[in-house]
Amino acid sequence: MAVCRLAPPLALAREAMRVELRGIKKYFGSVRANDGISLTVDPGTIHGLLGENGAGKTTLMKVLSGFVSPEGGRILLDGEETLFSSPAQAIEKGIGMLHQDPLDFPPLKVLDNFLFGRDSGFLQKRERARKELLELSQRFGFALDPEAYVNTLTVGERQQLEIVRLLSLGVEVLIFDEPTTGISTPQKATLFATLHRLAKEEGKSVIFVSHKLEEVLELCSEVTVLRRGRVAGEIAMPCTSEELVRLMFGQVITARAAEEVSLGEPVLELRGLGVHTYRLDLSPVSLRVRAGEVIGLAGLEGSGQRLLLRACAGLIKPSRGSLFLRGEDMSGKSYQKFLDTGVAYLPAGRLEEGLIPGLSLAEHFMLARKGRAPFFINWALARGDAARKIEQFNIIGSPSTLVEGLSGGNQQRALLALLPDSLRLLLLEHPTRGLDVESALWVWDRLLERREEGSAILFTSTDLDEILERSDRILVFSGGRMLEVLDASQTDVEQLGYLIGGKRG
Amino acid sequence: MTYSQRLVNLLLGLAPIALALMLSTLVLIAAGAPPLEAYKHLLQGASESPAKIADVLVVWVPLVLCSAGLLFTFTAGLWNIGVEGQIIFGVIFATWVARNIYLPAMLLLPLMILAGMIGGALWGLLAGTLKVYGGIHEIFGGLGLNFIAMTTNIWLIAKPWRPDLGATMQGTDPFQPAAWLPRLAGLRLSPVSLLLAVMAVVVVFFILRGTLWGLQLRAIGKNVRSAYLLGIATNRHMLLSFALCGALAGLAGVIQVSGVWGRDIPQISGGIGYLALLVAMLSGFRALGVAPVALFFAAIGVGAARLHLRMQLDPSLAGVLEAGLVLSVLLVAGLRTRLPREG
Repeated sequence: MAVCRLAPPLALAREAMRVELRGIKKYFGSVRANDGISLTVDPGTIHGLLGENGAGKTTLMKVLSGFVSPEGGRILLDGEETLFSSPAQAIEKGIGMLHQDPLDFPPLKVLDNFLFGRDSGFLQKRERARKELLELSQRFGFALDPEAYVNTLTVGERQQLEIVRLLSLGVEVLIFDEPTTGISTPQKATLFATLHRLAKEEGKSVIFVSHKLEEVLELCSEVTVLRRGRVAGEIAMPCTSEELVRLMFGQVITARAAEEVSLGEPVLELRGLGVHTYRLDLSPVSLRVRAGEVIGLAGLEGSGQRLLLRACAGLIKPSRGSLFLRGEDMSGKSYQKFLDTGVAYLPAGRLEEGLIPGLSLAEHFMLARKGRAPFFINWALARGDAARKIEQFNIIGSPSTLVEGLSGGNQQRALLALLPDSLRLLLLEHPTRGLDVESALWVWDRLLERREEGSAILFTSTDLDEILERSDRILVFSGGRMLEVLDASQTDVEQLGYLIGGKRG
Repeated sequence: MTYSQRLVNLLLGLAPIALALMLSTLVLIAAGAPPLEAYKHLLQGASESPAKIADVLVVWVPLVLCSAGLLFTFTAGLWNIGVEGQIIFGVIFATWVARNIYLPAMLLLPLMILAGMIGGALWGLLAGTLKVYGGIHEIFGGLGLNFIAMTTNIWLIAKPWRPDLGATMQGTDPFQPAAWLPRLAGLRLSPVSLLLAVMAVVVVFFILRGTLWGLQLRAIGKNVRSAYLLGIATNRHMLLSFALCGALAGLAGVIQVSGVWGRDIPQISGGIGYLALLVAMLSGFRALGVAPVALFFAAIGVGAARLHLRMQLDPSLAGVLEAGLVLSVLLVAGLRTRLPREG
């Protein structure tokens, strides 16, 4: 402390910092988001954190930045064990995170946002802060106007604001969570230059979280790859993209069970079907699906697969194009009409959109009954029906079990048991997510039975092996566009991985 | 359930009552009244004579009708604040019939009841339509419609329905005799209204408990998205629950004009619509709980009048007691979810 250095133009109080995570565990219910992850980031480097959606990257970084508290594991800063209970504490210790969606206050001015998080007493020292803001942004070549309103800024500019804000708070470690989503190419160049500068010249540690291969290859000096909540590997750069793909997606060689199912009549036909939403636009898709066909929708989550499924289910109205079910134009038809035509949609959120917490299995089967339901319920009869379904679908539970008391696998079985008997088109979101191997196999056996009965199946999955193994054709999505229609038998995991990562093989 | 768990449950069930008594005792002490004597007057004021008991039942009937109706909307997960307005529209429709149609009582009374229920149902449907198709939260829609209904009633009484002589804001002229519900001699209580209230509770109980529609309503209340995906016509069922609640509130309105006052007056609903919300909450949204809770509330309300006479305490003390009880119940329920759960 006695050594007096000439302070740099901004408050850079600390020396560069080494970050170590040891065996971090974070579970959400039965999902192991982080299952014992260890990671070391050296000062002055850009460390890449690569992985598929749902691999646990963001959770791990939220643990490091104090947003969530882990179930187990240790955080060491310069060898000293630390525990945060809030983001404010993490920032105090020198760790700041830029979130995927900027956490700022759009109706306020740039300068106001810049002032957040600092303990400057009751009266804000706006003039001093303004000077600091201008100096910092000049140093990094940003053009931030302190008086501009944040909602007039681009995503890239909002990132820049967040960078200078965290720097002014004396942060030594900066976490960037998918920072290139939603920014323009020149802004991306500025961002990458800034990251280099932060690491090389300012001696900060930068953690770069991404699922995009080429960005990681371009920027990072070291990469940790996560897969399903665990570390799949660590690689020092440079390395080949093949190695990264293999770590990201695993290298299970798929032996396709080439059973022949004769395809029937066309069930679904899309003619230039497009969907417009606030978040994402789905560019026009044209597609013909025949009875008995299984089609896998591959792509990073939020690339448009869900929009397509929900449009096919009649849950969202297409903004353009048309949709035919068994030759009938379904434009403007209600969801109920889709159901009557033999469409079923199984959402990913089992307790959010599929089942009704607070109601029992018997009550669910009663609700799902199609056709002439009696006005008064005969509960003795209903419980008997439920007991039969429970046995038939191998559900661990009784008619009076509340659905939230079931395990994930049994909830999935219950959802399948709720499907009507005759179906034409089955739309499934992540049908085996979170299930163990045995349950997943069981689910697919049931689905293949449906296929043999003549229903077409469209499903999404983040598991490329599952997509390759189960599909006849694969639709690859990226950024709201259907990039390609692949014949599953002519494709392998690597090619698919490339396409999904936005790189063509 | 083990013995100790049972004991804990019992204590937790009694805790809100104790808490509410403590609260109101503090209020009494602060007002300078001896609490024990006040409680004695409260009890006696509600039970000392047949007339008092009848008075309690006069309050009980509309309260039960509205609370039972609210079970439909609460079950569907809707906060139907607009019961007050639905009562008033029942009153307005029934009053129009009573003033314009001349028939024997045997025909006129059912017609008034039908008209009142339609009036309440339409006003409820309006709040439901605003919610389902207009995206207006039912709390705000209901509040707004309550004011409109109240103002409409006051305008009707002051202008088109103004009595010929002595145009005051007291109310309309008394109805034609055929439009009065038959009452017990010397009392304001109509046995027909008692019968209707009991029937309402029983019907609501069976609909919610035993029918597919009741189950569908519960599904909507617990998770509207899943219910929709399962193929339940969520919008239609929500609208229907608003209409049924409004119909029962409208029936309460008919009983107020035809059985209690014999004419339309500006304060015809007297806040019963709001009180019913408390009754429904306190009964745990169960049909069979509504009847005793409403009786308790009605007794406090009637008993409080005597506090005013004997001890010069403002009758709004009844409101303090009732609200204190509801807050205590909610508080204990909230604490309960925070208790560490065993097994």
